[in-house]
Amino acid sequence: MTTPPQDTVGRKARIDTLKRIGKYTVIRFFMLFFAVTVGIYLTILIANMGGYVDEIRRAEIRENIAISISMNPEYKKLSTEERKQLQKKLVVLEEERLGLNKPFIIRSFTYLKDALMLRLGRAMNMTSDSGSRQVKLILLERLPATLLLFGTSFLINFFISLFLALILSRRYGSFWDRFVVGLAPTSAAPGWFYGIFLIVIFAAWLQILPYGGMVDAPPPEEPLQYALSVAKHMILPLIALAISTIFLSIYSWRTFFLIYSSENYVEMAKAKGLPDRAIERRYILRPTLPTIVTNFALAIIAIWFGAIIFETVFNWPGIGRVYFQAIGLFDIPVIVGATVIYAYLLAITVFLLDIVYAIVDPRVKI
Amino acid sequence: MNLNRFREISRYPSAIVGLVIILILVGISIYTVIALPYSETVVKWRGGDRIWQDNPRTVPPAWVNYFRSEKLPESIILSSSDEGVEKERTPLNDELTDIVITFEFDYTADEFPQEIILSFTSTYEQKSPYISLTWKTPDGREINVGDFSIDRTASRRLSQDDKLTKKLDGQTAEIGLFADPNSEELKPLKGTYQLEVAGLTFEPESDFDVKMVIYGKVYGLAGTDHLRRDLLLGLMWGTPVALAFGLIAAVATSVLTMIIAATGSWFGGWVDGLIQRITEINLMLPVLPILIMVGVFYSRSLWLILGVIILLSIFGASIKSYRAIFMQERESGYIQAAQSYGAGNFRIVFLYLIPRIIPILIPSLVVLIPSFVFLEASLAVLGLGDPLLPTWGKIIDDARTNGALLRGLYYWVLEPSVLLMLTGFSFAMLGFALDRIFNPRLRGM
Repeated sequence: MTTPPQDTVGRKARIDTLKRIGKYTVIRFFMLFFAVTVGIYLTILIANMGGYVDEIRRAEIRENIAISISMNPEYKKLSTEERKQLQKKLVVLEEERLGLNKPFIIRSFTYLKDALMLRLGRAMNMTSDSGSRQVKLILLERLPATLLLFGTSFLINFFISLFLALILSRRYGSFWDRFVVGLAPTSAAPGWFYGIFLIVIFAAWLQILPYGGMVDAPPPEEPLQYALSVAKHMILPLIALAISTIFLSIYSWRTFFLIYSSENYVEMAKAKGLPDRAIERRYILRPTLPTIVTNFALAIIAIWFGAIIFETVFNWPGIGRVYFQAIGLFDIPVIVGATVIYAYLLAITVFLLDIVYAIVDPRVKI
Repeated sequence: MNLNRFREISRYPSAIVGLVIILILVGISIYTVIALPYSETVVKWRGGDRIWQDNPRTVPPAWVNYFRSEKLPESIILSSSDEGVEKERTPLNDELTDIVITFEFDYTADEFPQEIILSFTSTYEQKSPYISLTWKTPDGREINVGDFSIDRTASRRLSQDDKLTKKLDGQTAEIGLFADPNSEELKPLKGTYQLEVAGLTFEPESDFDVKMVIYGKVYGLAGTDHLRRDLLLGLMWGTPVALAFGLIAAVATSVLTMIIAATGSWFGGWVDGLIQRITEINLMLPVLPILIMVGVFYSRSLWLILGVIILLSIFGASIKSYRAIFMQERESGYIQAAQSYGAGNFRIVFLYLIPRIIPILIPSLVVLIPSFVFLEASLAVLGLGDPLLPTWGKIIDDARTNGALLRGLYYWVLEPSVLLMLTGFSFAMLGFALDRIFNPRLRGM
């Protein structure tokens, strides 16, 4: 019946927590990777159901061989008929080499492996800003812009709504409380939709903010000027994203805090005379954090999907706009490649939030 | 008991506002579907120039004049086959006939019209009629607008007639013919104008008719787009399409999700596990990119997209919350009682478990509707709208691709957007109130 010394208990608990989080993280990692694989495989199936992917490859092979034959002086002497024969033979050889004559099931797994390893092939029409036709380069070049805009927006929205929700739950029933509750339905519309209105008001009518894009043209030379220009271009997109998400999240978190603040242990804490801040931090925020993180993850998923159209409306040079351009140009390798990148982005966000979730929720079990 | 709860809606003003807007939208939908049959609408909307040729191009709705001090002109369409238009025939001899058609109209707007087009139809055997046009302004000037012979069908765009432009000191017809010569600034002279179409036919049976269209700068209740189409038609048809799309998608996904969740939690074991895993994977699928690929590779039909959306959303996040409730319910006394008298699985799931969750389902269903309406609009704005039907999203897409915002044609973007917003807000306001009514934990908050 000896009680272990205090610090041993503490260390053991910490090790347990680490173990728990570690195990959880590893399992979530594999589950998410599995989900990404399934998602990408579905993408390939959809893209190739009409034989599109195969057709692209065949056309590319035919064209390359036709060019190489017409360029080769050795074949100049051959008659048209002979040349045709030769071309056919070379096409068959090349298709065999690339495995195009194998059944689709086998080929689909080759494509899957390529996609998972981000070997996304070459674009049909589009080029990256540096002139490359590699789909991977076209997309990765645009990734920072997307991450900058949406990352900033996530962080701002998360902390502002958490902060305001706490304040409102304390002043429940006040004017501002009812005001935010009344505004919660604004989240019925997506960000791009508010974007259109904001562009009408601030760019077209008042002419104080740019219509879209990321920097002034030509881009300023000085780094500070450049950053200011980017910041100016980010104002409208950030406001649009905020309007479409912030009121609903303030509303739902405030409601959540209210539900939790009517729990007995909160009453108890109040009776003990603990200060408001301590009650908020220890008794309200702590037990609600896991749900907040989950809600946040779902919100992020929704916003990622909205990025395609959002970036198009604001002419933001991110992945979403490349995707949109690829649709317009019917550039299938880019469309498939961007879907793959989106699947990865989504998985990575969810994975990071899962780790946060495991840290904040002591009950997490798998 | 549930009916009483619905009566509580009257305690929430926002819910009443939402409900009224929804009812108005439903009313518009019913009227549209009955008054403007589907097949006609599809033909009209794709009809191109022939159906809409008398409408001005990209002009705002007529009611903008109420908010302007400088009134914009409405279109003036006069045809010699109409009543009230003078058409005098004076036979000169056996063969020659002199025909004079006079169009008379008042011009009261403060701005110039968009364009002037005359179209002629004539009947003759060999020799075509010869026409001479005279424009008479309110201050008594007479301007010769042109002399020419006409084919069986012919049209003359006066605004693009270089000879006429030269005659009018370099101003195109729609400005030069209306400009006030005594005014310092360029503005139209108000008053009664006349266009005299004097023609000479060379055969006894020969005749001709003229239609004059002076294109205005406003049109109808909703304005027109780049193909001269009346936006009202598109906006009205967009209403039933949006409502039907949102409603079908929301009901189908909610009901299917609920059934899946109930089945999983009732049977438990591997069924439950499988459903849980599918849900987790499904949450990770890039839905919009997949929808875009379906649109690009297969078909842009609204109904196919609807099917894919439903398929991708039935294993949604709400399965988890429904499951939590079902897990509690399955342990409750009445379920055990049902089991003890030998109720089958099917009976328990559909008759006992599912009805318990309907109060929670209804608010979330109502809140879901706008998200699907906006999803359709998003796809349309990406250029993947239904190829046949006009929808709000497609109108926004047309406006965007034609640079409506840069050209100041705000009405074109704002009209469909406001309708979308009304739809979204009305359902959201109703849904939020229902949520507070049906969700006991939220009561009084």
